[in-house]
Amino acid sequence: MKKFLIALLFAPVLALASGGNVHLDKWPGSVSDKAALQNGAKMFVNYCLNCHGASYMRYQTLMDLGLTEQQVKDNLMFASDKIGGLMVVAARSDEQKVWFGATPPDLTIIARARGELGNAGAGADWLYTYLRTFYQDNKRPTGWNNVAFEAVGMPHILWELQGTQVMNHETHKLELAVPGKMSPAEYDKAISDLVGFMVWMGEPQQEFRQKLGFGVLAFLFVLFLLAYALKKNYWKDIH
Amino acid sequence: MAGGTYEKYKSDGSIGGNVLEWVDARFPATSMWRGHLSEYYAPKNFNFWYFFGSLAMLVLVIQIVTGIFLTMHYKPDAALNANGVPIAFASVEYIMRDVPGGWLIRYMHSTGASAFFIVVYLHMFRGLIYGSYRKPRELTWLFGVGIFLVLMGEAFFGYLLPWGQMSYWGAQVIVNLFGAIPVIGNDLSILIRGDFVVGDATLNRFFSFHVIAFPLILLGLVAAHILALHETGSNNPDGIEIKANKDENGIPRDGIPFHPYYSVKDIVGVVVFLMVFSAVLFWAPEGAGMFLETPNFYPADPLKTPPHIAPVWYFTPYYSILRAVVWNFFGLDAKFWGVVAMGASVVIFAFLPWLDRSPVKSIRYRGPITKVMITLFVICFFILGYLGTQSPSPTGELVSQICTLFYFGFFLAMPWWSRMDKFKPVPERVTMK
Repeated sequence: MKKFLIALLFAPVLALASGGNVHLDKWPGSVSDKAALQNGAKMFVNYCLNCHGASYMRYQTLMDLGLTEQQVKDNLMFASDKIGGLMVVAARSDEQKVWFGATPPDLTIIARARGELGNAGAGADWLYTYLRTFYQDNKRPTGWNNVAFEAVGMPHILWELQGTQVMNHETHKLELAVPGKMSPAEYDKAISDLVGFMVWMGEPQQEFRQKLGFGVLAFLFVLFLLAYALKKNYWKDIH
Repeated sequence: MAGGTYEKYKSDGSIGGNVLEWVDARFPATSMWRGHLSEYYAPKNFNFWYFFGSLAMLVLVIQIVTGIFLTMHYKPDAALNANGVPIAFASVEYIMRDVPGGWLIRYMHSTGASAFFIVVYLHMFRGLIYGSYRKPRELTWLFGVGIFLVLMGEAFFGYLLPWGQMSYWGAQVIVNLFGAIPVIGNDLSILIRGDFVVGDATLNRFFSFHVIAFPLILLGLVAAHILALHETGSNNPDGIEIKANKDENGIPRDGIPFHPYYSVKDIVGVVVFLMVFSAVLFWAPEGAGMFLETPNFYPADPLKTPPHIAPVWYFTPYYSILRAVVWNFFGLDAKFWGVVAMGASVVIFAFLPWLDRSPVKSIRYRGPITKVMITLFVICFFILGYLGTQSPSPTGELVSQICTLFYFGFFLAMPWWSRMDKFKPVPERVTMK
């Protein structure tokens, strides 16, 4: 009877569970791949940082990707000469608002912000899908539209690399009309690296945090054995 | 019990002994130690459910200590910095990235907030199933309900401080609710905000409430809760008064000194709790978007309303009750009655000691009616909690209305159903299950 009541009460809840957004491609990368992250960092400072800030992030933190201070200065610092400086955009946000209609969002923690309830990794999948699904749309002021972000304000900054995609309105699939500098496989890898960098940048100490967790749990496990033995010993006379 | 009935400490001539004697002549050190720990007799049959009181104390300490360190670096300022980001929001990311160990302190505090509610809900559930609120422990229960109310305020104020999108819009929605109160509502919500919209004034006063006013009240209530408990002595899973059966020295036969027995036992509970707590903190600090909601990684933007505003999980059952009330009564807006229902759903816990008319306290000796009612209540609570995280829908609304009806029915019909049950005889002495 109780089970029946439980089932009855949960039935409408199950019926409510819904999905139905844009299909997201799974981000294939990993934040442990230092070479990929370095490549992603290069992509980021070359293509994203012109308009988007990463203003909670300091250049010196990029050294955690296995780079020396000189390497960071030579390869990744175009907008600043202070290694301890924040990765800000040269353009002022109020000016950008006039140019683009909206201030381009800060990207430091965008991978976390794009996560979903019950799936924090959805942020990476969203970015990976978004950056690969721009297509030409002459109805848009910029000439570009996006599958993951309908009526997006940002033009396709990476069109030179990817080429030009168009929407086939019969199959509802994207087709590469004009090839870019990269093959589709190369482009996917480059975007995967870029997304990896943004996931890492969202919380640069995330790998250390996870490792530290093992140490803490191991310590607590030993402490548990001792505490349990102590309790058993004290309680042996209590019946 | 505590206070003056114990002999003052007599020094054995050692330096430590002399110091203790000196202190004890001026401060009730020995008497407090004995009355609350070494000669506070607790029933020997506490089970799993009895860990959550001491765990709530532990989480309180975690929150206070981590809060002190967060306050050193956090800036309650809604103005935009040179990069167009609110200073408050940027200061949280500064703590996460630039303050050594700051991420750990911040995750402890954010995970601690959710842990506090988990532990307190389990602690309250224990009271519910074993009738811990029944005579003579009504005041302990009332102080506990007070703690719960203050804790909700504390969590609400704290949630605004990161100044993310959900912080901002959550506060906007909740403060606007006060506007639904007739006559004074509008002025009251302006008084709470300190402005016509949630802004810098709101952030600063919420910061002040969060770091000093409410923690002070909370500590006072916790002290009162424990003093009241130690006056009556603890209940137990059998719901038997152990003081009814004392030995020749006046010590309950089923009682054991809290220290060392329960102090060593609670250490085990603390370590197991810390294992679960650390697993979340180190491997899933966002709690799958439940402990740190993803929209809160965007800075507050007063011009951009998020598509879906949901409170943090521990408020969602009450939020569902608020949304379930959709009818206007007596010429007053449904929103007002929703607020009334939401407030009543929390305050109604305070009446439990007088609503429960069962002749026995513990669920162990109560019959199927009690068991079914409590099970359904818990299920309703979970469903309401789930629905509160979801966007409104017609089906969701109907389900939340059914659950709300049962939620209140559970309490209001308790004087009848708690008496109707079949009861088993209660043993003389506690049982060690």
